[in-house]
Amino acid sequence: MSDENSKWEITLTVNGKRVTVQAYAMERLLDVVRNDLGLKGTKEGCGEGECGSCSVLMDGVLVNSCLIPVLQAKDSTIITIEGVQADGRAPVVQHAFLEYGGAQCGICTPGMILAACHLLQKKPQPTVEEIREGLSGNLCRCTGYLQIIEAVKEAARRGAAT
Amino acid sequence: MIGVKDERIVGTAVPRLEGREKITGQARYVDDMVLPGMLYGATVRSRIPRGRIKKITFGPEINWQEFVIVSAKDIPGKNCVALIEDDQPCLADEFINHPEEPILLLAHEDRHLLPKAVEAVSVEYHPLPAIFTMEESESRSEIIWGANNTFKTILIDKGDVQGVWEKAHYIVEGEYRTGAQEQLYIENNGMIAAFEPQQGLTVWGSLQCPYYVHKALMKLCGLPPARVRVVQMETGGAFGGKEEYPSMIAAHAALLALKSGRPVKIIYDRMEDMAATTKRHPSRTRHRTAVSKDGKILGGTIEFTIDGGAYATLSSVVLSRGAIHAGGPYYWPNVRINAKAVATNAPPHGAFRGFGAPQSIFALERHMDRIAQVVELSPIEIRRRNFLKPGQTTTTGQAVSEPIDLGRLLDRALELSNYSAKKDEFARQNQNGNCKRGIGIASFLHGAGFTGAGERYLSSVVEVEACEDGGVRVLVSSAEFGQGTKTILCQIAAEALGLRYEDVRFAQPDTQEVPNSGPTVASRTAMVVGKLVQSAAIGIRQTLRASGLLGESYSAEEFRIACRKYVAAHGKLRSLARYEQPEDIVWNEEKYRGSAYAAFSWAVYIAAVTVDLTTYSVSVDDFVALQEVGRVLHPVLAKGQIIGGVAQAIGFALYEKVVWDNGRMQNAQMTNYIIPTSADLPPIRVYFEEMGNVHGAFGAKGIGELPMDGPAPAIVSAVGDALRTFFNSIPLLPEDIFDAIASKEENAEHAGSARGNP
Repeated sequence: MSDENSKWEITLTVNGKRVTVQAYAMERLLDVVRNDLGLKGTKEGCGEGECGSCSVLMDGVLVNSCLIPVLQAKDSTIITIEGVQADGRAPVVQHAFLEYGGAQCGICTPGMILAACHLLQKKPQPTVEEIREGLSGNLCRCTGYLQIIEAVKEAARRGAAT
Repeated sequence: MIGVKDERIVGTAVPRLEGREKITGQARYVDDMVLPGMLYGATVRSRIPRGRIKKITFGPEINWQEFVIVSAKDIPGKNCVALIEDDQPCLADEFINHPEEPILLLAHEDRHLLPKAVEAVSVEYHPLPAIFTMEESESRSEIIWGANNTFKTILIDKGDVQGVWEKAHYIVEGEYRTGAQEQLYIENNGMIAAFEPQQGLTVWGSLQCPYYVHKALMKLCGLPPARVRVVQMETGGAFGGKEEYPSMIAAHAALLALKSGRPVKIIYDRMEDMAATTKRHPSRTRHRTAVSKDGKILGGTIEFTIDGGAYATLSSVVLSRGAIHAGGPYYWPNVRINAKAVATNAPPHGAFRGFGAPQSIFALERHMDRIAQVVELSPIEIRRRNFLKPGQTTTTGQAVSEPIDLGRLLDRALELSNYSAKKDEFARQNQNGNCKRGIGIASFLHGAGFTGAGERYLSSVVEVEACEDGGVRVLVSSAEFGQGTKTILCQIAAEALGLRYEDVRFAQPDTQEVPNSGPTVASRTAMVVGKLVQSAAIGIRQTLRASGLLGESYSAEEFRIACRKYVAAHGKLRSLARYEQPEDIVWNEEKYRGSAYAAFSWAVYIAAVTVDLTTYSVSVDDFVALQEVGRVLHPVLAKGQIIGGVAQAIGFALYEKVVWDNGRMQNAQMTNYIIPTSADLPPIRVYFEEMGNVHGAFGAKGIGELPMDGPAPAIVSAVGDALRTFFNSIPLLPEDIFDAIASKEENAEHAGSARGNP
């Protein structure tokens, strides 16, 4: 048994590697990823699941890692921005972001790229409306989104989903 | 256009310099940095708006021995956040002037223990009466700042306003208000400080103005310039919100580092960032305008008032920009602008993209629509008849020297937006149904660079360095936080030297390494700093030529070889350029007369909206943003600046409401302070005119702030057009529209009044 003040041994697969961490059950997946695993590409924007900067893929589903207690992520498969490149979809999306002005200050960018990859996996040829909806959980204050939408559209055209 | 045909790099969409790091998650922001032995800091703030500290008690539930505790008594130098005035304490010693005033600092190596410790500190106060509105401040029932609650007054007086009223065919009056707005950069504020007895104090942080922080830390710690070092980390959005408050956080981290002897990191959470740091100044503008029979402005008075919060911070300069922009792109033969910034017991308001101009331009553009109604002209025609023309003078008496043709800009915007056809179509459609459509316009200008003599006082310096590997490096304190500072300055250097973009690097802004090119604010980077980078780059070439290493014409490779040879023979080669105010830029600060800005950018924006009378929500359906910003240095970045600015301004107009309770923000969360999402925004169609500008690098002017000025009045105008109701304040939320429709007649009476001379 464990109370809130003792740590658990939690194993999960992050970016293809099995890792075991010692963490409090209610510790945020975000903090474990950033601090225990040193994967700093996942960002904290609001800490309440509104902005999507801390987005990671958990068993293929896009989640806000600030809302996931790490115990809930036990035995799951996590992909962060650092691991997304390995799965082949992302470079096309990333390149399109660069070309079309999808990244400005860059703080929402890792989460936004994960959201875009997730969307394209589900819908390889999304309509503009589907892109708007698909990314609406990720807030950006710099771009006004339109160049992000263009980038995702272009990534779809170039076959990011294949 | 200036030299366009010869340009290879300026005007092209080179890759964002730090783009690869950003898209791969490798870019390093302050919270990504960890130093050995680092502690985490937190701030104990007041919970009352005004009073005196009676007693501070530390609760027994915490083992305080483990914590580093800093109070005002630990400050080695002056207890202030040095900026324009030294009135804001770094930590409250006795008096509390707003409900987020910092009192104590705590640090611990386990950051999870900090929130409970902050809660366990209780402060007893002698409360004092507080004031929260501009009107309470003006009534002076309580004096909370200086002799009269007034941070600054400005008078702009042109011609003879007294004489215009009797000549007027119409006198049109109106009062307009704008609310506070949170910058809401997605990266919260943060700083790390470390003190080494040998090197002195170093801070790394999320910031716009390295030398502002440098100045504040020197004064606070009583250290000489060489013993304070400020390093800008990758900065996740700023919009003015990281202009002055980072000095406060750097000061706090520094005090904890000095006391503990260990590095200290302070990262605000979202709620603390929204509640405690600066927001856009709320404003109130009163217009009284004399208008001729044919709709020409004869003259008028403008009273522009902003709420500065509890301390002076930047209010005097926000006021200045707001006051100068209050006359907009129109010709005022006679005008008197009375502007003032007043104190209230709220956290200080501060810089936010536009810096006073979005407030006064909102008022003016709404007022132009009101004048149009009174004179029975269209909003288009009233603007056309009053546009400034080259040779005419602005409200400060600055002759328009640029060959701007606002009438032509207007015509193009009307065509691009299909204005006339939409106007007719909406009028037809609006006869039936529950969705009403409307179209609205705003025409405006934005001055680039510091106001008046500001650039002369800043006396900015940049350096360009020839490196031993043959490349060149740009050294400036101008920060990248999304706008593309690094990219455009490297483009300029590459263009000036005939190099490839890839041959130019950008030094991390670090006060130990880079000269003071001024703060990264005021739409000044492309125009002012860019021009200096161009000059400094040319200096490198001159030196290489003078030393016989470079011929009159050369290839990029020959340049690299010349650099390498020079550095090998003589050591480091740095070329410096310092700002010198052009002779035709003359400003009289006392009289507020003369050239307020070296150049203006100009724009006409048109918004089409739908108002749903079931939910009273507004959706923007189409947005045309047409502007003249001089040479567009980078088409993708420039477009991104405009779209991003318009998006923020849509929030300013329709969504973003700071809910105040006794000076404290009640909705300091992204859950209940609503900004636009990707699902909310219309197509924002961006068009540029490029007229060129002799004062900027390759003809560039300012671009960053301009798009914040026009959308709110254009959208509110469109909502008014849809509902045949006049709205005079923002944010305009569904409940405001509901109320306005419910009391339409009463509203019309209070929003303004007009009389026509018989």
